[in-house]
Amino acid sequence: MYGYVIRRLLLAVPVLIGVSILVFAIIRFIPGDPARAIAGVHASPEYIEQVRRDLLLDEGLHVQYYVYLTNLLQGDMGRSTFTGRPVTVELAERFPNTLLLASTAMVIAIIIGMSAGIVSATKRYSLFDNASMLAALFGVAAPVFWLGIMFQLLFSVNLGWFPSGGIGTWRHLVLPALTLGLATTALIARITRSSMLDVLGQDYITTARSKGLVEKVVVYKHALKNALIPVVTVMGLQFGTLLGGAVLTETVFSWPGVGRLMVDSILARDYPVVQGAVLILALFFVLINLVVDVIYAFLDPRITYGSKEVE
Amino acid sequence: MFDKGKKIDALSNLSTPKKDTELRQVWRHLRRNRLAMAGLAILCIFVLSAIFAPLITPFDPIKIDFGSAYQAPSSEHLLGTDWLGRDNFSRILYGARISLLIGFISVAIGMVIGVPVGALSGYYGGKFDLLIQRIIDILIAFPGILLAIVVVTILGVGVENVMIAVGIASVPIYTRLVRGSVLSVKEQGYVSAAKALGIGDMRIIIRHIMPNCLGPIIVQSTFQIATAILWAAGLGFLGLGAQAPDPEWGRMLSDGRQYIRTAHHLTTYPGLAIFFMVLGFNLIGDGMRDALDPRSRRHR
Repeated sequence: MYGYVIRRLLLAVPVLIGVSILVFAIIRFIPGDPARAIAGVHASPEYIEQVRRDLLLDEGLHVQYYVYLTNLLQGDMGRSTFTGRPVTVELAERFPNTLLLASTAMVIAIIIGMSAGIVSATKRYSLFDNASMLAALFGVAAPVFWLGIMFQLLFSVNLGWFPSGGIGTWRHLVLPALTLGLATTALIARITRSSMLDVLGQDYITTARSKGLVEKVVVYKHALKNALIPVVTVMGLQFGTLLGGAVLTETVFSWPGVGRLMVDSILARDYPVVQGAVLILALFFVLINLVVDVIYAFLDPRITYGSKEVE
Repeated sequence: MFDKGKKIDALSNLSTPKKDTELRQVWRHLRRNRLAMAGLAILCIFVLSAIFAPLITPFDPIKIDFGSAYQAPSSEHLLGTDWLGRDNFSRILYGARISLLIGFISVAIGMVIGVPVGALSGYYGGKFDLLIQRIIDILIAFPGILLAIVVVTILGVGVENVMIAVGIASVPIYTRLVRGSVLSVKEQGYVSAAKALGIGDMRIIIRHIMPNCLGPIIVQSTFQIATAILWAAGLGFLGLGAQAPDPEWGRMLSDGRQYIRTAHHLTTYPGLAIFFMVLGFNLIGDGMRDALDPRSRRHR
C-alpha cells in the first residue's frame, strides 16, 4: 500500500514539471513580443525593456524556464499587468472561492446522484428509475452557462428566492453550486446505477440473498462497496470537469473565483495572471487525482499488488 | 515464391461478409432502441435545417434592421428579433452550421492525431509508449475545457482556432482509447500469426488491429462531438470563440444576456438549440455503445 502511494507520488512529478513547462510556454508562444505581452498594452518602451531584462528574454529558453521555475518554487508568479499586484496574492484571494463552489457542487452531486443511482438500480424499470434516468440524460446535455442563466431567470428574476450573482451568504452559493453540479449529478447517477446493477447480478450477491439476508444488508453492506469503485474514479475525473465548468459558472454568476479571474485576464491580456490561474487549476486537479488513486487502492486492495497501470 | 502478405489478406477478405452481418445486427439493435432513434431524428432535423437554412427562412442571419429590433416571437419572426433587428430563428438555423462544423472538424483533428499516436504507442510499447503516456498525462492535467482555453489563449480567438483548440483537447481521449484497444488485441493469436508470416508492422496495425478498435472509436467520437459542441459554445460564451456577427450559439447567448429581463428569447432558444444538438449526439452514442456491446445485446 505505502509502496503504491509513493510510486504514485513519484509519477506525479514529471506531470507537474510538464504542466509548468506548458504554462511557461503560454507567453512564449503568443505571436508577437512576449515582453510587450507581459508588460501590458499601454506600457512605456522603458518598462518593456525592463521586463525583457527581468525575464531574461534574450537568453535561451532553458535559462528562461530555469528562472521561471525557481521563482515559481519560491512562490513568485510575477505581477498582474492590470492591477500591479503579485499574482500569488490575486490567486490566494480567489482560489478559496472556486474551491468552495466546486466542492459544494461535488457534495450536491454525490448526495443526489448516488441516492438516485442506488434507488434506480434497486427499483429497475420503475417510474422513478425511468424518470431519473431521463433527467440524467437531460442534465448531461444542458450547457452549464445556459442552465445558470435559466436558473437566474426563474429563481432570481421571477421568483426572487436567491440573488442572481455575487458572493456573501449561503444564498449566493445555492444557484451557482446547483448549476455547476447538475451535469456531475447526472453522470454519477448513471454510473452508480449501472455499476450497482453489475454488482447485484454477481454470484456472491445471490449467495448473500439465498442465505436469507435482508435486502437492505445485501444492498448496502455487500453490493455498495464494490459498486463504488467506478463511481470514485468518475468522481475524481468529474472534479476536473467541475473546475473547468467553474470558469463558465463563475462568469455567469459573477462569482469571484479563479475561473472568472482567468477569463477576465485573457480578455485583458493580463498574461501573468492567466498563467497563474491555469497553473493553480491544473495543480489542484493533479492533487485530486492523486488522492482519488489512493482512495481507489484502499477500496480495492488488489490494485496494490497489480501492475503500475492504474488509471 | 508466393506472396505471404497477399495470402493472408485473401484470407481476411473471406471474413468480409461476416462483418457485413455484424453491421446489420448493430443497426437492427439500434433501430429497436427508441431513445437512439429519437437522437437520430433530432440530428436529422439539425443537419437538414443547417443545409437548407436559406430555403427555410427568408431572413439574412447577419443583416441589421433597426426598424424591427427587440421583437417578441411572432408569426413573422418565429423566435423574435435581437437588439439589431436580426431574426433570432434564422440565426439559430445558421448557427447549426457553425456548431456542426466545429463538432465534426475538431473531432477529426483529435482523431487524426490521437488514433495513430495511440496505435503506435500501444503496438510498440517501450520507451516510445512511456514518452507518449507522460505527454498525455500532462495534457489531461488540464481539466475539462481548460486545455482548450489554454490553446485558444495562445492561438487567439476565432472559430478556426476553437476547432484546433477543442481538437487538441480531445487528442488524449483517442490516444488512451486506441492504445488500450491495441494492447488488448496485440497478443491475440491472429496478430502473432500475421507477424510470424512476416507481414509488416504497419500492415498489421492497419488491416488486422485497427478494425477491432473501430467500434469503440465510433462510439467515443459520437460523444466527443457532443462535448466539442458544448466546449465550443462555452468558449463562444466566454468571448474566446466565434466573434460578432457570426451567429454562433454560445456567443448569441452571452450577447443576449444583457436583455434577459426584456427579451429572454435571445438566451432561451440558442441554449435550447445547443441542448438538443448535444442530446441528439449523446442518445445515438448511448445506443451505439449498447448495440456494439455483445453483453448488453444479450441482456435485452
